[in-house]
Amino acid sequence: MRALAADHAPGLRVRLAAHGLDGVTLLVVPAALFVLGLFIYPFAYGFWLSFNPKAGGVLANYGRFFSDAYLYGTIATTLWLALPVTLLNLALAVPIAFRVRLMRRQRLLTTILVIPITLGTVLVAEGLLNYLGPQGWFNRTLLWLGLVSSPVRLINNYWGVFLSLLITGFPFTFLLTLSYLTGIDPALENAAATLGAKPAQRFRHIFLPLLLPGLAITFCLSFVQAFSVFPSAVLVGAPAGPTRVISIAAYQAAFEEYDYSMASAVAIVMGLVQLGIVAAVLGARGLLYRGPAGGGKG
Amino acid sequence: MAIHAADFNELRLDRLSRAFGAVQALKDVTLTIRRGEFIALLGPSGCGKSTALNCLAGLLPSTGGGIWLDERRIDTLRPERRGFGMVFQNYALFPHMTVAKNVGFGLAMRGTPRAEIARRVEEAIGLVQLNGQEHKLPGQLSGGQQQRVAIARAIVIEPPLVLMDEPLSNLDAKLRLEMRAEIRRIHNTLGSTTIYVTHDQEEALSLADRIVVMRAGAVRQVGAPAELYAAPGTIDVAEFMGFRNRVEGTVTAIESGVATLSVDGGSLKGKATPGLKLTDRATLSARPEDMHPGDGAGLPVTVDSMEFRGREFVGYARTAAGAAMSFQAGSPVATGEVVRLVTDASRALVFPGVGL
Repeated sequence: MRALAADHAPGLRVRLAAHGLDGVTLLVVPAALFVLGLFIYPFAYGFWLSFNPKAGGVLANYGRFFSDAYLYGTIATTLWLALPVTLLNLALAVPIAFRVRLMRRQRLLTTILVIPITLGTVLVAEGLLNYLGPQGWFNRTLLWLGLVSSPVRLINNYWGVFLSLLITGFPFTFLLTLSYLTGIDPALENAAATLGAKPAQRFRHIFLPLLLPGLAITFCLSFVQAFSVFPSAVLVGAPAGPTRVISIAAYQAAFEEYDYSMASAVAIVMGLVQLGIVAAVLGARGLLYRGPAGGGKG
Repeated sequence: MAIHAADFNELRLDRLSRAFGAVQALKDVTLTIRRGEFIALLGPSGCGKSTALNCLAGLLPSTGGGIWLDERRIDTLRPERRGFGMVFQNYALFPHMTVAKNVGFGLAMRGTPRAEIARRVEEAIGLVQLNGQEHKLPGQLSGGQQQRVAIARAIVIEPPLVLMDEPLSNLDAKLRLEMRAEIRRIHNTLGSTTIYVTHDQEEALSLADRIVVMRAGAVRQVGAPAELYAAPGTIDVAEFMGFRNRVEGTVTAIESGVATLSVDGGSLKGKATPGLKLTDRATLSARPEDMHPGDGAGLPVTVDSMEFRGREFVGYARTAAGAAMSFQAGSPVATGEVVRLVTDASRALVFPGVGL
């Protein structure tokens, strides 16, 4: 009996295949190498580098970062930009997505909205520099209309970066929100309406609860983008003061002080702050309903 | 029973129309529905029956005509102001709410006190026999249970009118029969008025007090199930009522309401419909169960296949001209054999005209 069982024991190949491993699995190798070489290795190297400071003990870089207000202050500065911009983008994206979902020419609008993404932050920042500058169209129009007596300062300060982030971040936030919104079965709204729910009630009781988990993900992705702001903070901001964001601190450490170890430590801190916010949002998301947004089978 | 239908006397659709661009999905539908009736809107897909239902619910604005509930015009009201209960084809249960919350949603929107909501929800859940499932989410229920929740949610608000849009089409055959009986039981218990959209003639025949047969956006015939079953007014209504066989020929005799039709290679008898005249070209329309192999002068057909159906056999055959025929037989006939089919003269119908 035992011999019989041994005869019929499946070979290694069959056992591996039962776990989903076979020849096709090898196709993963190039992608795995790519990720390993271009993501995991640099990250691990940077992580290791941050604990090998030019001078002092293992934690010297982190000690320096958190004892120097000029350095640790960048966390608050960056959050003060990234959080309001992300929230405002969401607040704008939701009502616009509600309107757009009913439109027929969505593709045209989507194309227009994708343009700022493809142009990149630098071009948008340069554009803003001209458009919002003291001699730009915006201020000239305000002056011509007599709304202001001297040009409004909208560049080389907090608002310049704020607007630039808003413009480059909005299409992304909007498109994600729209896709989550269109994923909600329209029959649910109809059902709520026949049951007597007015538009505001339908939003509060049906759309919002079903949309929130998606909005949480949208928030995280948009926030991470905004938090790593660099070009616009330099170009349309005031990189010496109000918009001295954390990436500028890392840049200065690396290319002005030539202290790659310190720069790595700043980058790791930056990553941890992002991770903290994202983890908090996703943790809160875990408390929400996250099932399908359809009304039943069929 | 505390749940009861709100009072009204009649609902009138007055030349109700709906156009989608140049396409007229609903053409001048006029219909009066009395309180307590169970009406089935029956027709093939694309006939406008769902459009009619959505116009009634207010989910789709009509482009002409009006809807009146007694003396009150309601087609200009938003859906939330009409207060009709609607059961959707895919149930449209709120996936993030428990069964109890789903059922109580309509009451909560009306600002009903909590204690009363709890009491009425419990009662509605009892009516659809879902006791013990109150705290589950829709995703945890089977299709049949979801359908029950959808029905409870629609009736708990005590609507003057319950609208059902093919509510059984997503269920399997056994459950469909069960729920069909259930829907009629609930309708009878509550004394509600129900408009039920379906493409299934059997469902319409077994459920409805009156059937409205629709085709191409217009009403073709309105009548009680027995009336429509025995005497469909036009050949396309007949076809929808199961008269699947059509044979064209010339009328050679009409005697006490029975017409004899000379057809390709034989002759057939059927009830003469109004307007049929001697020597007319005409079309005979018959159900498979009213055609049998017989002797003498029937329609010659070549048998393609036979199916065993328990009490009898159903045969599929072809005429010399190639038209498909199905018939019923007490014993099997060999494939390829030629038999002569005769009709039950009191059940087959002869309509004037050919190429209908």
